[in-house]
Amino acid sequence: MTTMTTAALPTTAGIGLARGAVELRQFFRQKDQVIFTFTLPAFLLVLLGSIFDDVYPGGVSVGQVFAASMIGAGIVSTSFVNLGTGVALDREDGTLKRLRGTPMPPTAYFVGKIVLVAVASLAEVVLLLAVGMALYDLSLPTEAARWFTFAWVFVLSVISCALLGIAISGIARSAQSAGAVTQLPFIALLFMSGVYIPIAGLPDWMLQVGSLFPIKWAAQGFRSVFLPDSMMAQEAAGSWELGTTALMLGAWCVIGLVLCLATFRWTNRRS
Amino acid sequence: MTAIQVRGLRKSYHDVPAVDGVDLDIRAGEVFALLGPNGAGKTTTVEILEGHRSRDAGDVSVLGSDPGTANRAWRGRIGIVLQTANDAAELTVRESVRHYAGYYADPAPVDDVIEQVGLTAKAGARVKSLSGGQRRRLDVALGIIGRPELVFLDEPTTGFDPEARRQFWELIRNLARTGTTILLTTHYLDEAEALANRVAVIAGGRIVAEGTPATLGGRSTAKATVSWMTADGPRSTLTDTPTALIAELSRDGELAELTVTRPSLEDAYLELIGEPA
Repeated sequence: MTTMTTAALPTTAGIGLARGAVELRQFFRQKDQVIFTFTLPAFLLVLLGSIFDDVYPGGVSVGQVFAASMIGAGIVSTSFVNLGTGVALDREDGTLKRLRGTPMPPTAYFVGKIVLVAVASLAEVVLLLAVGMALYDLSLPTEAARWFTFAWVFVLSVISCALLGIAISGIARSAQSAGAVTQLPFIALLFMSGVYIPIAGLPDWMLQVGSLFPIKWAAQGFRSVFLPDSMMAQEAAGSWELGTTALMLGAWCVIGLVLCLATFRWTNRRS
Repeated sequence: MTAIQVRGLRKSYHDVPAVDGVDLDIRAGEVFALLGPNGAGKTTTVEILEGHRSRDAGDVSVLGSDPGTANRAWRGRIGIVLQTANDAAELTVRESVRHYAGYYADPAPVDDVIEQVGLTAKAGARVKSLSGGQRRRLDVALGIIGRPELVFLDEPTTGFDPEARRQFWELIRNLARTGTTILLTTHYLDEAEALANRVAVIAGGRIVAEGTPATLGGRSTAKATVSWMTADGPRSTLTDTPTALIAELSRDGELAELTVTRPSLEDAYLELIGEPA
């Protein structure tokens, strides 16, 4: 009996990675969810690229701009939307309640979710890049500086949107309503952030509202990675605003974390 | 040794008391059943003991710690078998048990636990393909993989068919034989009678009786009903001395259709919770 209480519990990092492996296994075994989650942004990209076929000065096609912006939207989908519904489902089906009754440290649960979201988001980026390169002449950047931008925009977008997804899952009263609760801000912000409609076509107030949220900055960050600098002129500020992007996405990471800590619940409210 | 000690436990929801001054003492190695109708405070009490719910007042000690402030090491010493869970549908039985084993310092061997709960033939099956009874067996496996000293079973056989129920009881008896303390909540009296060493009845947020299933509510010392058939029809008498009565009656020969009954656990229970029997 004494060895039972003195043996060391496994480390938080180890359990977190094991959670990540289990999350990935469960996610990729739900084939319908995988197919729809991944193909929706690519499908929208092909639709938008087929509707608009203008070319900007400098020879950049609208399809190319959509492809770059859609990478930002795709990451928000695999992080924010995925976790907003996924965590609500974990709350409803008893996953969280069961975990609460084990010696698993709560941090390990979030590590597992972030592993899931990072892998799913990377797969989404690869898919959208493939579509963009095959249909819209998108090309991979060659300068190291652009890849560096890609890396930090990716990491900050995934973390901020994952945390916001976990936070919004607490607003949904059930797993069924979580889909609707996450889709509303997501779709609305896609329009207001210049992802579906090029920035130049948006009313000022809409752009100002969109600029408060992370999607706008994620999409703009990826445009700066995948589009030539001549396209800066099409941005609202006339530049890529990388410093502001880092600041906004970083701030949303902090806000997301605070909201998560303030709103996280292990079970649904008592009815 | 005491596994669980509770004094003056209170919990209200929106000023309505759900648990209203509960005292409990459960010894290590005991199978203890908490009986009561729905809404009596069973689940609230157990959830406070599990560390899932806060309390308004009272002293609670579970395996020597206060569940309200207990740490990971304490959680490693208890096992909770959930009442309703449908998680991990896409994993196989073995994957789930192996994953949960990874949370504990000294887990039991995965395949041994799967065998113990009778799921060896289903070890490679996806959890979503299990029947209701098999699903609850997996819940037990996940609850005991960490070799807990104390296991909480909250209404474990609700919705079972009679055969699945008997099999489940055998599983719990085997677990009790290993010395594990078990706190069981149920509203099935036969379940409490079949499994528990001691029973407490909770009603209106209070413990209204406590004892062995045989003595609960004074049923072992209550008056007995002696019934028999005469030429004029059935007769029955309530008596403190049934043996003497039968000796008296049988002087004239054999009594037809003779029975001696005392209140059943169900009679005692219904009287305790204030329902007409």
